Amino acid sequence: MKKPLSLLGCALGASLLVANPASAMDCETLTLGSAISLTGKYATNGIHAKNGYEFAIQKIKDAGGVKIGDKCYNFNVIYYDDESKGDRGATLAERLINQDKVQYMLGPYSSGLTKAIAPVTEKYQIPMVEAEGASRSLFNQGYKYLFAVLSTSEQYLASAVTLAAEKAEESGKTPSSVKVAVAVENDPFSLDIRAGVLEDAGRYDMQIVVDEQLPRDLSDMSAILTKVKLLKPDLLIVSGHSKGAATAVRQISEQKISTPMIAITHCEAADVVGNFGESANDILCSTQWAETLSYEDPLFGTAANYEMEFKGAFTEYAEKTVPYQTAQASAAVYVFKDAFERAGSLDKEAVRDAIAETDLMTFYGAIRFSEFGNNIAKPMVLRQIQDGKYNVVAPSKFASHKVNWPRTPK
Amino acid sequence: MDQILGNISLLFQFPVVNLKIVVDGLMIGAIFALSAYGLALVWGVMNVKNLAQGDFVIAGGYVAWWLAKKGMPPLLGVPVAFVVMWGLGWIAYKLVIARVIERDLFTSLLATFGLAIIMAQMLNLLFGSDTQSIQLQYDTLYLFDGFVDIPIAKLLGVLMAAALAAGVVLFMKNSRMGQAIRATAQDARAARVLGIDTEKVYSFTFSLNAAICGAAGAIIVMVWVIQPFYGITHSVRSFVIVTAAGLGNLPGVIAAGLGIGIAEQYGAHIFGIGYQQAIAVLLLLLVLVFRLIQQRRMRQSLK
Repeated sequence: MKKPLSLLGCALGASLLVANPASAMDCETLTLGSAISLTGKYATNGIHAKNGYEFAIQKIKDAGGVKIGDKCYNFNVIYYDDESKGDRGATLAERLINQDKVQYMLGPYSSGLTKAIAPVTEKYQIPMVEAEGASRSLFNQGYKYLFAVLSTSEQYLASAVTLAAEKAEESGKTPSSVKVAVAVENDPFSLDIRAGVLEDAGRYDMQIVVDEQLPRDLSDMSAILTKVKLLKPDLLIVSGHSKGAATAVRQISEQKISTPMIAITHCEAADVVGNFGESANDILCSTQWAETLSYEDPLFGTAANYEMEFKGAFTEYAEKTVPYQTAQASAAVYVFKDAFERAGSLDKEAVRDAIAETDLMTFYGAIRFSEFGNNIAKPMVLRQIQDGKYNVVAPSKFASHKVNWPRTPK
Repeated sequence: MDQILGNISLLFQFPVVNLKIVVDGLMIGAIFALSAYGLALVWGVMNVKNLAQGDFVIAGGYVAWWLAKKGMPPLLGVPVAFVVMWGLGWIAYKLVIARVIERDLFTSLLATFGLAIIMAQMLNLLFGSDTQSIQLQYDTLYLFDGFVDIPIAKLLGVLMAAALAAGVVLFMKNSRMGQAIRATAQDARAARVLGIDTEKVYSFTFSLNAAICGAAGAIIVMVWVIQPFYGITHSVRSFVIVTAAGLGNLPGVIAAGLGIGIAEQYGAHIFGIGYQQAIAVLLLLLVLVFRLIQQRRMRQSLK
C-alpha cells in the first residue's frame, strides 16, 4: 500500500514542478533560508516571526513580486526548526548554505540564536537580514553581512530615563535628583538594557539606588521590591523576559510599590493586562513597534493597515494585538525586496552592498543601517498601560497619548 | 561591597524588614517543601532519584491553569491537579520507572532525565512557551505600616500545602498502604517475604509523588508563574532540601524547606537577588561537608 502512494506523491511533485514556472504570474522563485525556533522555549516568538515573513512574502507576491531587471521573482523561504538551540541553529545554517545552496538568509529568533548563526553566514559571505536579535554585542564584531531592522537592546528602556528627567523638570526638580532602581535578568539582552539605562542615567547625573541582577530562573523578586520600598526611587526599571514581567507586575501590586514611574519589558508576551488587570495600570512598556504609530509605506500602508491585513491573513491573531516580532519580520523581508530591486541583480555581493545602503521608510519605522549593521533610524517606543490599553506615550513626536505621572497604584 | 554593607545596615535601620524576610521565606519554603517531600518518598522507597520532579510540578500547574481558563474555580485546581497527576504518574511509572527500578543508579537517572525533557517539550507543544499564571481576586493583608504584606492567595497556598502534608503524614502512619510503603522502604525483600506486593507499593508511591507535585504546581501557578521549561528550578530545590534533610524524615524536610526559604531571602537581600539560589546550594555544600566529617569520625571509631 505504501509504494503506490509514494509513487503518486512523486508524480504529483513532478507535475507541480513542471507547472510551477507557468502558474505563479510568470515570476521565478527566489529562495531565502531561515533557521527559526518552531519548538523549544522560543517557539511562540519564533512562530510570530515566521508568520511575519510569510505575510510579507504573500504581500510582495500580490503586488507583482520582486522586480530585478526585466524579470520578476517571488520569495520562497526554506525553514528549519532550530529547536531554540544555538548549536542546532549554526548547523542548520551550514546546511541551508551548503546543501540547499541558499544565497540569502532571514534571521532566526532571539539574540542568542542570531549570535550562533552570524559567524556561519559571515564565513560564507551570505547576506542575512534579521529582525529578532537586538543584543548590541551582535554589532561590535565587525560583521559585514549581518543587518538588523530592529533597535538594539540598550535602547529598550533608555527612553524611560529621558521621560523621568522631563517629568522631574516639569515638577521643578533637577534631573540629577532622580533616583533610579534597576533590576534586570542576568543575560546578554537584559544586561544591554541595563547598560543603556545606566549610561543615560549617568548623563543626567542621576543616582542609582538599586542595581541588581535577577537570576535566570527567577520566581520571586520580593527582596528587591522591599529595598525599593525602603529607598523610594523615582524610576524603577525591570527587565527579565516574560517571567520577569509577570513576576514584577504581580509583586509590585502585592507589595504596594508606589514608585511614580515603572518601566518594564515583555509586557505583551506576559500578557500583564490579561493576567493581572488593574495591577498593571500606568506601567510603561517598551516595544519596537505599535500599530498606532504614524509610520507608513507603499507596500503595507500604515501601521494600522498592516495590523488589519495581517489579522485577515492569520486569523489566529484576531483576538489579540499583532506582536512587534511579526511586524519587524515583515520589515526584514521588505528590506530584501528593496535591496534586490536597487541592486538589479542576484549577485550576493551586489545585494549586500544594496542592503548596506538601505534608506527606507516602512510601516515599521525608518530603516537605515550603521556600518555595523544595526538600524539607527528607528527609535524605541514606550507605551503606558492606561485602563487596560497600551497607549503610545513616547517618543512624543509619534505618541498618541500623554503619560500618566506619577502612576496611581491600584 | 558597599552595597552589601548598605543592605546589612538596612536590616538594622528598619528591623521590621527582618520580619518581612522571614515571612516571605516561610511562605516560599513551605511550597518548596511539598515537592521535596515527594522526592524523599520516591528516593527512600524505590531508590529512584527522580530528575523529572520539577516537571511534574509544572505539569500540575498547567492542569490547574488550563482548567481555570476553562472556567473552573482556581482553588479547585489543587485537588484536580492532584488526581490528574496521580494518573500521569501511574502511566509514567508503568512505561518508564518500572523498567529501571531494579537497575543501577545511572540508568534511573538517565531515564528520569529523559522523562523530564519529554514532559517539558510536551507541555511546550500543548500550551506554548509563554509564561502563565492564575491571578486570584483576593486582597493582600498589610501589617506593620504595610511593610509586611501577606497576599491571601499565598496564605491559602501555604495552608493547602500544610493540609496536604498533614494528610500524607497521617496516611503514612495509619493506613495499611502507608505501613506497606514504610515497610518496603526499610527492606523491600523482607516486605515481599511478609506478603507485601512491592510492585503495587512502588506504583502507588510514584503516583502519590506525582500527585503531590501536581498539587504543589497548582499552588505555584496561583502565587508565582509557570513555563514549560521551569521544571529544573523545582527539581534543584527539591534535591537540595532532601539532601539537607535526609530521607524518610518529613519533619526534617519541612524544616529544611522553611530554613532554606528564609536563608535564600536573607541571601537575596544582602548579596543581591542574583545570589538567591547560590545561597541554597552553598547551604547544601555545607551540609554535605558536615555530614562527611561526621561519617569520617564514625568510621574511625569503628577501626
